[in-house]
Amino acid sequence: MIFQGKQKIWSEYQKDIPEDHYFYVRSCIRQSFFPASEKTFLDIVKGELGKDFFETPHHTTCGGIAYHAEAVPQETMMTIIARQFALMTENGYENYVCSCITSFGLYTEVMEDWREFPELEAKIRENLWKATKREFKVPKYLAHASDIIYKFRNEIAERAKFRLVNHKTGAPLKVVEHIGCHYSKMFPSKGVGGAEYPYVLAGMIESWGGEVIDYPERRHCCGFGFRQYLVKANRGYSMSNTYKKFESMEPFEPDMIITNCPGCPYFLDRWQYVIAEQTGKTYGKDGYGIPVFTYEEVAGLVLGYDPWDLGLQTHQVAVEPLLDKMGVPYKPEEKYKGVGGKVIVPPEFPMNIKCC
Amino acid sequence: MTKNVVVIGGGASGIEASRRLRDLGYSPVLVEKEDHLGGHLASWNRLFPQMIPAKDILKSLTSDMKGIEVFLNTEVISINRLKDSYVVKFSNGLSAQVKAILITTGFTLFPAQKKQEYGYGIYDRVITNADLEAWFNGNKDKRVTDPQVIGFVHCVGSRDEKAGNRQCSKVCCATAVKQAIEIKEKFPDAVVYCFYMDLRMFGRGYEDMYLKAQKDYGIRFLRGRVSEVSEDINGRLVVKADDTLLGKPVKISMDLLVLMSGMIAPESNMELSKMLKVLPGEDGFFSPANAISNPTLSNRDGVFFAGAATGPKTMPETLSEGRAAALEIDSYLKRVGD
Repeated sequence: MIFQGKQKIWSEYQKDIPEDHYFYVRSCIRQSFFPASEKTFLDIVKGELGKDFFETPHHTTCGGIAYHAEAVPQETMMTIIARQFALMTENGYENYVCSCITSFGLYTEVMEDWREFPELEAKIRENLWKATKREFKVPKYLAHASDIIYKFRNEIAERAKFRLVNHKTGAPLKVVEHIGCHYSKMFPSKGVGGAEYPYVLAGMIESWGGEVIDYPERRHCCGFGFRQYLVKANRGYSMSNTYKKFESMEPFEPDMIITNCPGCPYFLDRWQYVIAEQTGKTYGKDGYGIPVFTYEEVAGLVLGYDPWDLGLQTHQVAVEPLLDKMGVPYKPEEKYKGVGGKVIVPPEFPMNIKCC
Repeated sequence: MTKNVVVIGGGASGIEASRRLRDLGYSPVLVEKEDHLGGHLASWNRLFPQMIPAKDILKSLTSDMKGIEVFLNTEVISINRLKDSYVVKFSNGLSAQVKAILITTGFTLFPAQKKQEYGYGIYDRVITNADLEAWFNGNKDKRVTDPQVIGFVHCVGSRDEKAGNRQCSKVCCATAVKQAIEIKEKFPDAVVYCFYMDLRMFGRGYEDMYLKAQKDYGIRFLRGRVSEVSEDINGRLVVKADDTLLGKPVKISMDLLVLMSGMIAPESNMELSKMLKVLPGEDGFFSPANAISNPTLSNRDGVFFAGAATGPKTMPETLSEGRAAALEIDSYLKRVGD
């Protein structure tokens, strides 16, 4: 591996990310999969960094999953997105940041389509006006939320309570970074680091003390792939993709996986349980899996947030081995307690993958 | 200083044209930006399909340069049109007033690192066709160390809209087959693959070389493009491709991957075209006034082309065009009065 070669590519794919004043839109599925991640993002950018991030309850789905499943036509999806842009415009913002990679890909695609085909944009404007009497401006700047954390990764590192380092040995943790396909594979110039060697998560890992693993199936799909999973008959294909990735990363003995997409952490996390049930194989040490995180969760851990406030108890693969390596304190008895100490019934534990 | 003809570019075509002009009674000035003559020929090892050593060709070309003024390490800095001639200024401080200029600027190799998915400059064991020729020439290269499995990727930066080059580089297919044979001769136990789109074996003896590669050397030809390259924990390359004949993807671990970088127009063509007011084509190569009836004529009086300045060509074609351009210039100068 020639590291300087990657650095050269990274230098060619840098985004000019605005400092402040963003209209923030949540993901429809992340709030179910990893419910604390978006809250953690807002806690970091607003609470820690003092930035202006605005969100509105009137925001809806971008229509991405329905569009990619061919359940809605392009024009419908574009009109939904035009409505989101109208909400941004009405609230006086020009910088748009979304939590979801699918949304980011879709917003990028729509903005590029409108740039290429202005008559299409005009038609969507007419659709939106007829349906809602709303008007909109196209965002001056579009970011994915991971771009924002990437931009402020060094500020987060300065405030770090814990680092991606084995606190007993001082060795950097070996980290797999998995980028959502819709982040930069469609439009390489829109992602930090481009499509082949994205830097958005690698930059965070480096700043926070970890070591990035480049394994052969790094670019491969996590296993979500929309129709691979949405069509029930294809779910074996979905899992075989995930299985391929784990087989490929296994020799590198990763300590953790960081992702920036809604589907990726979910599938990389949940399918480890299914693989263990079907084959008896686990990929972490001593019968555990490899813990999978969103970048907000990792930023939260670095900043010293309580692991259970970050929602890490909702993961399938136990996160405790990673917390122990980082030296992050946690109370096992608090793991399944909700707001106000309310006891949440612990889940049933699987047979073949060890959980704490 | 007054000379008859300025030849810009000291590759095979420029040398051959200069020699022929000299033989026709002119005193050409041959300008080369590098510190040696020969262009790509000077760094190549053997030429297909007869496997003739490139240095022998270059030696015969440069054996008699008497009567040709050669400026090495020199570039053209300006060209001004007078009534019926041109004043050409060189970076060495000299200048020439001539009635004819021959452009033989050739090509540059596509920078393989632009195809990021192939990992040139990222993964240790990915090299280019030019790197391999340098190794054949005896240059040490630790990347070529007892490879057991070797791959050749055709059309790197050629016929590739995404890379901004739609043109076929013409010689890469035959070069890949030649290099596959040569490396098999060096490492007889190695398994050698060629990943191709389609094989353009258009010249005499090329098809024979291709059949020989299969029958006598066991080279495995796999029709399909490489989609991505990565590195496993032992530093071996993992090459993914589409086998379009079998209709399925393949994944092969390799010790060496050779990228057949295609021909692209030199960036300096743009500057030269502004000086001469001769617009290059969309692909950056110069466009003859009539590519079929006389590919050496430009659309500007006194400006001529030869060799790969007007697009990818084989060595015999390049040399032939050099000779043709010399004759064309001779006719022109006799017509307008030299």
